[in-house]
Amino acid sequence: MGFAQAVGGTRYLFPDLRTLLARATPLRSGDVLAGLAAGSAQERVAAQRALADLPLRHFLDEAVIPYEEDEVTRLILDRHDAGAFAPVAPLTVGGFRDWLLSEAASPAVLAALRPGLTPEMVAAVSKICRLQDLVAIAAKCRVTTRFRNTLGLPGCLSIRLQPNDPVDDPRGVAAAILDGLLLGAGDAVIGVNPATDSIETTIRLIELLDAVRDRYAIPTQSCVLAHVTTTLLAIERGAPVDLVFQSIGGTEAANRSFGVSLALLREAREAALGLRRGSLGNDLMYFETGQGSALSAEAHHGCDQQTVEARAYAVAREFSPLLVNSVVGFIGPEYLFDGKQITRAGLEDHCCGKLLGLPMGVDVCYTNHAEADQDDVDALLTLLGVAGVTYIMGVPGADDVMLAYQSSSFHDGRYLRAALGKRPAPEFAAWMERMGLEAASGAGELPPRLAPALAGLA
Amino acid sequence: MSAADPPVTPARWSELRRFTAARVALGRAGNGLPTAAHLDFQEAHARARDAVHSALDPAALEAALAPLGLPVLRVASQAPDRRSYLLRPDLGRRLRAGDRALLPAAPGSLLFVIADGLCASGVQAQAPAVIGHALPPLRQAGIPVAPIVLAEQARVALGDEIGGAMGARLVAMLIGERPGLTALDSLGLYLTYAPRPGRSDAERNCISNIRPGGLSPGQGAGKLVWLVRAALGQGMTGVALKDEQPLPGRLPP
Repeated sequence: MGFAQAVGGTRYLFPDLRTLLARATPLRSGDVLAGLAAGSAQERVAAQRALADLPLRHFLDEAVIPYEEDEVTRLILDRHDAGAFAPVAPLTVGGFRDWLLSEAASPAVLAALRPGLTPEMVAAVSKICRLQDLVAIAAKCRVTTRFRNTLGLPGCLSIRLQPNDPVDDPRGVAAAILDGLLLGAGDAVIGVNPATDSIETTIRLIELLDAVRDRYAIPTQSCVLAHVTTTLLAIERGAPVDLVFQSIGGTEAANRSFGVSLALLREAREAALGLRRGSLGNDLMYFETGQGSALSAEAHHGCDQQTVEARAYAVAREFSPLLVNSVVGFIGPEYLFDGKQITRAGLEDHCCGKLLGLPMGVDVCYTNHAEADQDDVDALLTLLGVAGVTYIMGVPGADDVMLAYQSSSFHDGRYLRAALGKRPAPEFAAWMERMGLEAASGAGELPPRLAPALAGLA
Repeated sequence: MSAADPPVTPARWSELRRFTAARVALGRAGNGLPTAAHLDFQEAHARARDAVHSALDPAALEAALAPLGLPVLRVASQAPDRRSYLLRPDLGRRLRAGDRALLPAAPGSLLFVIADGLCASGVQAQAPAVIGHALPPLRQAGIPVAPIVLAEQARVALGDEIGGAMGARLVAMLIGERPGLTALDSLGLYLTYAPRPGRSDAERNCISNIRPGGLSPGQGAGKLVWLVRAALGQGMTGVALKDEQPLPGRLPP
């Protein structure tokens, strides 16, 4: 079935749901690249009006990628909970937006609704939201996860300490960790992107992070962001793996391009659960996503990049992750051209992830070939803070010397917590207090209990 | 600092800087960056922005490659200019019309493609040295090496079409990595077995950060030769082929 809508004296036709969703999407370069974007501003509004009139129930009848062809579609539809959906079942997409903004959509009601929502429903409503709507709705979503501390509590803002080194030098990694701890980062995770996917390097880094965490008694978790098959191998070889990381996408083919499937993710989660390393909880998966990854692998099935991104969240929520983040500006200007497009996408990703029940963080970032700079980081970071983002990245001086992109810095994390009155995860905040970090950092010192020698720096 | 300047916390943990090129121990002004550190960052970003628009100098590259004794060919992608290249990666993955006819058959060989990618300056500086280090052990192992191809406005996957056209067993794409603030001159190397259009990134092995301060050309070449031998032995590249090359040294206790 198709959809039609008149705007400005022209009648626009949209042959199917995925086309309607694509044409309704606020402008971004990736949808233009894919040939899916609306041809004019008026066509976009026509699509948004048609989408607003569409009953939410329609999303259960028309899949954007056929059930038979794609295991992510099967996951979405097989897991859909009709009972949880019932409260919003009579609504259209436009009515759903109004309801989400209303006081009826309280944190408790939104939490109960999660299993009844599909990624396509939340993607659809996000397309007719302004930035303030994306902020206001997300701010009502509470998602709490636990491994060695508690993430996502109201009033908390956590930070992933990202101590990457261009050659995986353990001393470089350790120095960046100390720097980040002094500035209050690391409660979400201490997570290194390895420069190469070698199993030896991965195990060496896992051991380093675990030793640092253990010697300073930090109530947090560590992760080496290697491919899931490498992490599985590391677990087999006895490495102290806390979290299992993987980049994921919103279609079976996109996941294949990442070298993963739902079955492989399940296997990795089981293997890590078997290590029983979480002290407060067993949320141990860490996923990264980002608009455009499916298109870059030609695995998007004619869907716009934001809808595919939301589908990746269905993959994530299947595995009770501790952390999920969109790496929103990382992929480059062919998908998100400038600061304006990155800002909108970051807020869409955060809001859609939260509505689906994910502990959503955002890597607020850009590459040097995008039209963006640190001012854009500041703006999106502040908006996300108001929206209640679960965590952000902490990179020394905002400059990742391994991945060659700019993200948020340890300083940015301090700014955001101070500007919005947010605290680190409670267990981590107590540890900072015990270690005397705030006083030491104010004096430009390393506190005695954070001796560099313990991290292999002498 | 004069008495009128706002107070800036001194960075007495500055010894951490000895261990990393990352921007550690910057101090802080309130929660923000001290002015000097802030402007250092702005300058580095400005240089990186300009580096994105650097171009390959094919004549200079040919001269640098001449001592290696391999023929050198020049091709380009379908992206006509830098802006198209940035906005249309699909064009950067396809050969310009007519260029396919320039490529000789080199069945069963290892093919080196040198490409500008997102920043040409590191390619210019490092690609000839990497190939120079890799050739002796490759020849010793009896692995045939195809003529070298220089590709402009190229993405990684352009190597698939070039390698497929030449019938290469393996393509090693040496391509400029996205410039960062610290590294404007980083070379990446992507190895793909049985190249042909449609290969996915999961079917490649990557060696990144070949640059001063990262991997040296010799280290990059060493990893490449190890991967080439493993790929030929197992008949594949990609996530299933792990880099299990032993590392020197272990963690400090």
